[in-house]
Amino acid sequence: MSLLHTVPPALIVLAVACGSAFVSLARAQTEAPRKPASTLTRTTSPSKAPGPDGFIQGWLILEPIGVKAPLTDSGVQTVVKTDYFPEQLSALPRDGDKVTVAGTEITWHAVETVNYNVNLYHFAYALGKPTSNVLFWAVTVVNSPAEIAGVRLAIGSNAASVWWVNGKEVIGLYNDRQSVIDDGVSKRLTLQKGPNVIRAAIVNAGGATDFCARFLDEHGNPVRSISAGVEPASK
Amino acid sequence: MRYSTLAAMLLIVVPAFALDGDPRMHDPSTVILHDGKYYSYGTGAGLPISISDDGWTWRRAGTLMQALPGGRPGTDVIARGGNNTWAPDLIRIGEKYFLYYSAPGTQPKAAIGLLVGKTLDPNSADYKWEDGGPVVWSDGVEDSNAIDPGAFLDPNNGSLWLTYGSYFGYIRLVQLDPKTGKRLYPDRKPVNIAINSEASIMIFREGWYYLLVTHGSCCAGANSSYNIRMGRARKVTGPFLDNMGIDMLQGGGKLFLGSGGRYIGPGHFGLLDLGSGVQKFSCHYEADLDRGGASVLDIRPLLWRDGWPVAGDNFTAGTYHIESVRTGTALELAVEGVPVGGRRGGGGRGRGGGRGEGPIGEPIPDQDVTQVADKWPGGHLDVRMSPYMLQAQQKWTIAPVANAGGYPGSPYFKITIAGTERSLAATADRELAVLPAFSGGPEQLWRIDQLTDGTYRVMPKATPNVKERLALSAIGSSMPTLATFNPDSDRQRWLFKRP
Repeated sequence: MSLLHTVPPALIVLAVACGSAFVSLARAQTEAPRKPASTLTRTTSPSKAPGPDGFIQGWLILEPIGVKAPLTDSGVQTVVKTDYFPEQLSALPRDGDKVTVAGTEITWHAVETVNYNVNLYHFAYALGKPTSNVLFWAVTVVNSPAEIAGVRLAIGSNAASVWWVNGKEVIGLYNDRQSVIDDGVSKRLTLQKGPNVIRAAIVNAGGATDFCARFLDEHGNPVRSISAGVEPASK
Repeated sequence: MRYSTLAAMLLIVVPAFALDGDPRMHDPSTVILHDGKYYSYGTGAGLPISISDDGWTWRRAGTLMQALPGGRPGTDVIARGGNNTWAPDLIRIGEKYFLYYSAPGTQPKAAIGLLVGKTLDPNSADYKWEDGGPVVWSDGVEDSNAIDPGAFLDPNNGSLWLTYGSYFGYIRLVQLDPKTGKRLYPDRKPVNIAINSEASIMIFREGWYYLLVTHGSCCAGANSSYNIRMGRARKVTGPFLDNMGIDMLQGGGKLFLGSGGRYIGPGHFGLLDLGSGVQKFSCHYEADLDRGGASVLDIRPLLWRDGWPVAGDNFTAGTYHIESVRTGTALELAVEGVPVGGRRGGGGRGRGGGRGEGPIGEPIPDQDVTQVADKWPGGHLDVRMSPYMLQAQQKWTIAPVANAGGYPGSPYFKITIAGTERSLAATADRELAVLPAFSGGPEQLWRIDQLTDGTYRVMPKATPNVKERLALSAIGSSMPTLATFNPDSDRQRWLFKRP
């Protein structure tokens, strides 16, 4: 179940009571419940075609993990290669799944963005979670009707991010940066027929934070024959 | 070649390269690509043939007249002009080549003869030139000196034209029959289109006919004032006006190319259109100072600016940052960068910055690659793109490679991180890598063509296991790759900027 549109105050209080590591969570104790993220909705379909420009709109996002590291190549790599929860680079979470990080239980949320990008600031703010000095994990499953060779994962992120396709690291973007369409692009890869797991770790130092992702063909055109969402398409 | 050693040792910028091998040439015909070889013919006994396998290294290969009975112009040509053989021009129409050559007697009595052939390859079984007789001539009294032919195929309607003339009187225009190469309307009076010039030839682009001619004096080595000038017209028959509106019939002519670098007296323009938005031009210099003042052929990029052709320069060795026109980001070795002057904050000892309140400090030196490269991993590394920050992993030294061949006008280059041996290479998966050292392999040899807009196309000589010719391409803001060149896109356009 997503918390994005209906954030029960009790859950926030519960999280605080559990001893969250998130600094800004303290604010939630005194603030009124926040409005749902304006750019994110609950997932409407387990797997749907990408938007007109090929952007993947359905994602599972884990509530932010507090981190403190420079956004350099080595700093980001250290952050994303730290073990926070079991099977973090292989597990395929479902909406509402919970993991415990540094003694705090946090939740995966299935969301769909109404835009080309996923606004992580909106996501975290609506949940009363911190938006600065944080690490977001995001996962989606891309279903391909056939094997497609020679495609590229193309992403933009604010700020640094590292991306995996079917378990292989394919993109690393470092330093403080804004989210630009097709900023980071993988080398040519093959989407296998059926489900392909796309996983991202986005590290933000401060301010706005978001990402976008799509697949491009050899000519740089969006791949639209796929569908994507938070769980494999039914067989 | 001697230039590569010089550049590698001194890391200095060398002048534009003249061609390699034996580029001796005077009054070259338009350079033609035929069956993978480049051909040009020049002034001299029997019309000397120059051939190149790659457009960079040239060799002499006998004379064209050797293929004719008696090894000389036909009797009708000699009768109308003389038995000299000068300044030819060559054009391909369908399956035929028409070669027009000057046959002057005592100028201005002269004629332009026609030869017709199917192949330019002297070793081909089909190699043969047939005498087409005189096409135009001047009688020695009229205001014309019928030498220096320039053939032009109008891309708008397929009509074929010949311009000719040299100083005495007018540059003239006649229409030719594309089937025979001879005059289409021999009874019509030629059209006068310019004066006070020679070596005329026409090209067309975006609604304009351009007439390029050579002004000044020739044939005096470093004392030759030859220079190429031009005008343009909306009709093939003119009037051809220069950039100031002066008619070339009244001596007008915007400068296209004068003496420069180590070269004196450029003349005899010829267009070499390689397709995909890559255009070159050929010319000769009256004096190449690096070759004892010999007259030599050159091939250079042809650019276009504000509706006029501009003479580009072949790529010169040096250290550059390489910027994508598409993204504005710079090619870099994929290693963690260190800010120039060091990091600020967090215990770093970086200098300067802040919000302008601090004192002005001492100058910060350029980043020394030896002070940062020791932290770079060894082996094969990725290449990526980032905003240019003056950092060592973003500076590339580009130097010509000896005995590795080339392409029209230029040798192949190696591209290495400045101050290191780490060499940019094409990989079998059609991507890029930086290797620990330059091996001389074709995947590490780079062709750098300046495009008509002044930007550059960068291509490996070969990509392992890939037949297709690929070009350096910005697939995203941070990702370079290799892809088929698309002249309509900025993806494969690059700028080379001095750090």
